[in-house]
Amino acid sequence: MNPIFVLVEHRRGKIRDITFEMLGKAGDLSHWQGCPLTVVLIGWEVTPFLQELSGWADTILVVEKEELKNFDAGLYQEVLHQLIQEYRPCITLMGQTSWGLDLAPALAVKTGFPLATDCLDILTDGDQVKAIRQAYGGKVFTRVALKKSAGYLMTVRAGAFSPEKTEERKGEIIKQELKADLPEPRRRFVEFVENGAGEIDIAQAEFLISVGRGIGEEENLTLVKDLAQSLGGVLSCSRPIVDKKWLPKFHQVGTSGKSVKPKVYLALGISGAFQHLAGISGAGTVIAVNKDPKAPIFRVADYGVVEDLFKILPALMEKV
Amino acid sequence: MDIIVCVKRVPFTQEVDLEIGQDKKDIDRSPLVYALNDWDGYAIEEAVLIKEQFGGTITAITLGSEDDEEVLRRCLAVGTDKAMRIDPGSRELDGYGISRVLSEVIRGLSFDLILTGVQAEDDNQAMIGIMTAEQLGLAHAAVVTGIEVKDQSALIRCELEDGLEERSILSLPALLTIQSGINEPRYVSLMGIKKAAKKGIETVLLTDLNLTEEDLAPRTHIEEVYLPPDTEGADMIIGEPSRIAEEILRLLKEKGVRT
Ligand SMILES: Cc1cc2nc3c(=O)[nH]c(=O)nc-3n(C[C@H](O)[C@H](O)[C@H](O)COP(=O)(O)OP(=O)(O)OC[C@H]3O[C@@H](n4cnc5c(N)ncnc54)[C@H](O)[C@@H]3O)c2cc1C
Repeated sequence: MNPIFVLVEHRRGKIRDITFEMLGKAGDLSHWQGCPLTVVLIGWEVTPFLQELSGWADTILVVEKEELKNFDAGLYQEVLHQLIQEYRPCITLMGQTSWGLDLAPALAVKTGFPLATDCLDILTDGDQVKAIRQAYGGKVFTRVALKKSAGYLMTVRAGAFSPEKTEERKGEIIKQELKADLPEPRRRFVEFVENGAGEIDIAQAEFLISVGRGIGEEENLTLVKDLAQSLGGVLSCSRPIVDKKWLPKFHQVGTSGKSVKPKVYLALGISGAFQHLAGISGAGTVIAVNKDPKAPIFRVADYGVVEDLFKILPALMEKV
Repeated sequence: MDIIVCVKRVPFTQEVDLEIGQDKKDIDRSPLVYALNDWDGYAIEEAVLIKEQFGGTITAITLGSEDDEEVLRRCLAVGTDKAMRIDPGSRELDGYGISRVLSEVIRGLSFDLILTGVQAEDDNQAMIGIMTAEQLGLAHAAVVTGIEVKDQSALIRCELEDGLEERSILSLPALLTIQSGINEPRYVSLMGIKKAAKKGIETVLLTDLNLTEEDLAPRTHIEEVYLPPDTEGADMIIGEPSRIAEEILRLLKEKGVRT
């Protein structure tokens, strides 16, 4: 049987959570299809990861080369392509992350395999592979069928699957030699830059008052700042507020911002795109105020207010 | 620097009650208002900023119907030199097919850099840019938040997760997918758009391109579009703003974040 491939994501000496979430789903898929589960570990000085990965897969393919020390979509793509040609995996899973965004579409062209990105679920229906995705910022779901092919590529949304190991697997380690030389890299890593640090740490706050694009104008931000001060909450925001430079980056909640875990998260004028929601899964109680009753944020909020935030803010200020 | 920017016109779906279309393959788009895909607005602006520094030309390309020319006019209004629309006719294309078409057209043009948005607001696929790069055999980078062009290379910043960024040097020509916040897209006046309406838009017919059925055959197809399944959802607080405010304050007390 052809294996299912899962690409191990790691950065700065740590395996990223998405890896185990993909492995959780791949474990399920392997049952339906009876395929062995293979994790693909690419990088340099990655042996410390083997311990953590053992038991999760039937096979661990390790490609270790100094050129692969930092993620480079061009080189990783070449390595994966060689492995795909040799092992012919039926499904290859990658994260819908900065890695997957750069790697998966290119690999789809190179292999000729159909690609479904940002999958919330993967279904097999006989020999047909299907993906459940979202469109229009999460306002609708789509079921996508992938054309019959020798292999399929899917990128998986962070948080879509639980990192559960259903059984112990033998975890045979194969140190893989490459069949062909790697191409000259066209990209040279320079450095990592921390962009999220600042004078407050929203990740530590118990009560966050968070504002999104619904605030409309920079001047209106004063209203929210005043409210945060009166209520004793910490100000946070969605990405567009940072993009517009209305607040510094360390206020941003979400995949590219911070994950937060307040007791209460009050979301004002935030639609609830998944990159934002990913940052608030640890919140105790979510209260959302949004004009749009169909805003995806209401699907995760505990309490919802369908109203113009410019009516709610003054009313709140009046009562405190 | 010759720069090509691929752009898309997308429907605006916030504060709109979306209806599923009759064939259940898409939403009913007819009542919707359209605009330039947000991420593409940043890509165009970045192209204009680079051109202001180094000179050269900018060509904006879209694949779509005549109505989609609206976004090309917007590009022309902010400083794009040329605009091109590829007309697919009645052909349905998936992401792969679109990248195949774009690359075929781009192959005939001169460029140092190709920019696209990270993703489109409507299908949220985030694949066209990088697929196009691969079709053209170009170096690529996704989720780019900074570009400094130097000779035949660019020092770029790419956004990773958790507030982390990576700086790297990429050799040109290359394709970059642009993340929001990289710049501040300039304001486009209605006058500017009206003026740009006089500039010509070149049209390319899909049927005139040298592409086979296999190049264009979809590899993925949408079986069904549906409204999100019901979840327990939020408890709705209803009433006058003052009652809502009281209820929120009561909740804050109950949850222990206010005395
Ligand atoms: C790779 C990548 C990483 C990303 N990382 C992040 C991240 O870390 N964090 C993040 O937040 N986003 C992130 N995004 C962006 C994300 O996809 C969304 O674009 C963003 O979260 C939208 O922010 P928003 O909800 O504030 O704005 P919008 O989606 O524009 O929503 C505004 C909402 O306000 C409502 N509204 C408008 N006016 C009013 C009013 N007067 N009263 C009440 N409600 C009103 C509207 O109905 C709407 O629902 C990322 C995207 C990508 C591609």
